[in-house]
Amino acid sequence: MTAVDDRPAEATHEVGRDRRRKEDQRLITGRTRWTDNMQLQGMLHLAMVRSPVAHARITGIDTTAARESTGVIAVLTGQDVKDLQGSLPCAWPITEDQKAPPHPAIAVDRVAFSGEVVAVVAARTAAAARDAAELVDVDYEDLPAVLELKAAAADEALAHPDLGTNRSATWIFDSAEAGTGGSVDEAIRDADVVVEREFRQQRLIPAFMEPRSTVVDPTGEQFVMWSATQVPHILRLMLAMTLGVDESKVRVVAPDVGGGFGGKLQVTPEEIITFLVARHTGRPCKWTETRSESLLSAHHGRDQWQKLTLAAKQDGTVTGLKVELLADMGAYLGLVTPGVPILGAFMFNSIYKFPAYHFACTNVFTNKTWTDAYRGAGRPEATFAIERMMDELAVELGRDPMEVREQNWITHEEFPFTTVCGLEYDSGNYEAATERAKELFGYAELRAEQQRRRESGDRVQLGLGISTFTEMCGLAPSRVLGSLNYGAGGWEHASVRMLPTGKVEVITGSSAHGQGHETAWSQIVADQLGVPFEDVEVLHGDTQISHKGLDTYGSRSLVVGGQAVINAAKKVIEKAKPLAAYQLEANVDDLEFTDGKFTVKGAGADQEGVGLAGLALAVFAAHDLPDGMEPSLDADATFDPVNFSFPHGTHLCAMEVDTETGASRMRSYVCVDDIGNVVNPLIVEGQVHGGLVQGIAQALWEEAVYDDQGTLVSGSFVDYTLPTTADTISFVTDRTTSPSTSNDLGVKGVGEAGCIASTPAVVNAVLDAIRQYGVDDILMPCTPERVWRAIQHGQAGASRPTAEDAAGHFAEGEPNQDPPGPAGVTGATTTTQEGGQA
Amino acid sequence: MNITVKVDGTSYTDEVEPRTLLVYYLRETLGKTGTVVGCDTSNCGACTVLLDGRSVKSCNVLAVQADGHEVTTIEGLADGETLTPVQEAFRECHALQCGFCTPGMIMQATDLLATNPSPTEDEVRVGMEGNLCRCTGYHNIVKAVLQASGQPASSGGEQA
Repeated sequence: MTAVDDRPAEATHEVGRDRRRKEDQRLITGRTRWTDNMQLQGMLHLAMVRSPVAHARITGIDTTAARESTGVIAVLTGQDVKDLQGSLPCAWPITEDQKAPPHPAIAVDRVAFSGEVVAVVAARTAAAARDAAELVDVDYEDLPAVLELKAAAADEALAHPDLGTNRSATWIFDSAEAGTGGSVDEAIRDADVVVEREFRQQRLIPAFMEPRSTVVDPTGEQFVMWSATQVPHILRLMLAMTLGVDESKVRVVAPDVGGGFGGKLQVTPEEIITFLVARHTGRPCKWTETRSESLLSAHHGRDQWQKLTLAAKQDGTVTGLKVELLADMGAYLGLVTPGVPILGAFMFNSIYKFPAYHFACTNVFTNKTWTDAYRGAGRPEATFAIERMMDELAVELGRDPMEVREQNWITHEEFPFTTVCGLEYDSGNYEAATERAKELFGYAELRAEQQRRRESGDRVQLGLGISTFTEMCGLAPSRVLGSLNYGAGGWEHASVRMLPTGKVEVITGSSAHGQGHETAWSQIVADQLGVPFEDVEVLHGDTQISHKGLDTYGSRSLVVGGQAVINAAKKVIEKAKPLAAYQLEANVDDLEFTDGKFTVKGAGADQEGVGLAGLALAVFAAHDLPDGMEPSLDADATFDPVNFSFPHGTHLCAMEVDTETGASRMRSYVCVDDIGNVVNPLIVEGQVHGGLVQGIAQALWEEAVYDDQGTLVSGSFVDYTLPTTADTISFVTDRTTSPSTSNDLGVKGVGEAGCIASTPAVVNAVLDAIRQYGVDDILMPCTPERVWRAIQHGQAGASRPTAEDAAGHFAEGEPNQDPPGPAGVTGATTTTQEGGQA
Repeated sequence: MNITVKVDGTSYTDEVEPRTLLVYYLRETLGKTGTVVGCDTSNCGACTVLLDGRSVKSCNVLAVQADGHEVTTIEGLADGETLTPVQEAFRECHALQCGFCTPGMIMQATDLLATNPSPTEDEVRVGMEGNLCRCTGYHNIVKAVLQASGQPASSGGEQA
């Protein structure tokens, strides 16, 4: 079923076309409705007062000067709202005994990270609010702050003294206990080769381009909240549960939303505060953050230490994988904070046939901004670690890293394949994607060039990096989420409304913020109902229009929400059928529906039949319907997926490293992704490109850096270095196709794939360029300074150049502390072969 | 202070605070909300407009500095339903996703092509460096600017 360019053969009219997006006309002419564009009569503007310290007791707040400032209507502190604000929700307690502090929107008597809100000012203008916010005088009594993850895990200081520990929860999966595989400890004991490594997933910031903004209008029967959110439905429910207001008295609208990447998958303190101030003042209120506020206080992502132990036979066959994680929660648990590392729990084994697997993650509090979902959420971390490990194994064995992967991956004949985690991968073809990627990349030629440069001692060395990834997305089967203690289901809802004019309204519970749902859903519905693409209008992101939904994240919109749309469209056809039969004076069973028309089977090609548009008008008039027929063709559907979606792909990266300066330059990047069938190739490529650059940015440029006082020093775009056009290159992308078996379209998620796959490809390439200098790891981001230092340390004979730069790979006294071996062979492994590669 | 500014072909006279940035004058006084604010350090370029035909980051210009000058925003580019070549190329090449950086990108690309009608890919990449996008990975933005210049995109950036 899998081959390059094996597109579905059936006659599709819209699905598969590279339609230009319906969304774009407004966006390219500036006719947009971002939340910050909203202006309501009498609207107040909010400014937050934030803690400048990481951990302190609040001993006093003097708001007098702020209250007396011109144009200020209200100033509220934590004391003012402590009985009203509830505790911000965490929907994913991963264990029964998980520890967590209360999470106030406005800190009441203690702050736990720099940037936490301590007061809010409401004024007639944004400038007046900001001016007055500077007049709020807060007295802090410093408490010891714990900032570094390992120190926090050791409880060297407590992020929340009342908890008695920084350890929130430990979550374990063991294949022997689960009955899905063997014992890792036995695999390690019996292994010919054991590779043990520790990797750092640095802290990142999602950095969506539209700063967050919230407007609340309390003047109608319903409170209306417009917010720059990915999750209007979840937000509405959580507002009701957190604040004790009736859900039916709250309407949430996500208007145009400028990117999210998981960063707007949250119920934020500022949303709660804006609601409270609007209720308090009785006037519409707006809060819009500055970029500095956004980087400081919108949730961060990643931030793990990852310790991996891989067992293999001498011939390269992998026999076991043990994963031990420390995950930094930051100061609080946000909406899905504790579950983010768990989304990676079933992905470290990736595409490889590990017979034994063990995963343990300890979630730890620190006095930093809390972490939560960021594009990929747990899966980039897993993919990075395993793809780095496969390279390390290849180095240990002295073999080509692609060859070692191929030896261990699931072959295309083996699908569906049940993994050592118990997941069933429904389809895939790693060989086909890899073959195509190698061909486009010129793998053999680049290897030859690399060899020439090494032999000639070229100042600029070439490295090739591989990432043969898979991921689980399309969140998610509700039963599986239930088994993981997640607080909600994973279904999606859709409605299809047939208007009397023949136009079609599609209401989706997905909430797009750049993904192009309006275009893709129109293509799907046009095919299902046989109506023109232009006649389909897609409505979303307003809980009064789309009353039911679970929103957009986890590459779920198409595979879950798209299927819900299809199911609703099919119901429309079923509802129309009796009327069509009535009008055609035929039996319902004798009808067929193609290209928007009902015809009678066997009645010849020249029959006129009846079209859906005509039936919609007849139903509107309702003058002449079959007895008992409800005068409506509209239909709803709620779809709960039976499985995750498992896209995969082979990504190849060539990096040139200047060994005298440490500067690296991306020479080429090829990726061949298999995301099943494709609705709109243009949108798919866009998703891949954007994901690639976010993943590449983790490898090379981005890091949220705190100083030893707990202050975010990368708190503006001057210091948090998003890539630009000048930093990046054009990519070569292609696809192979193994249709998914879990939805009608045969599609898989694509939103996170590029971001999940690219980071290890880049780091593997950088390392591959300089392994001959004795370098076997570099912390991300691989800045020129770090690369240069790694080369210097490596040449000086130290085989673990990063050990001194960061927290040590392994503490003294820990097991597996063999002395370092010769250059290229790491100390913590046993192997009979020299490192280095062909 | 009293200023008179021509914006997208219409003249306006308004009283503004001296500290008012041009972007806030455009958005809040004139309702030109097509131009957006993405940062507070002049890094992101989302607020880029043309001032007397040259691109400026309107968060980096005081409203009073625009007194007596002409401003073109994203809302003033198209002639009725007729899009400019840059706007057309952005749609054609799928050079936008969420669209928040798009006004700035289009204004910057407009200026770039006015001064260098046939840029190379490298010149486009350097010329657009002051505008950040988080969605597209820039691949299709670069392609769109090249296409708007009437040149085919370079071979390196093509889908295989």
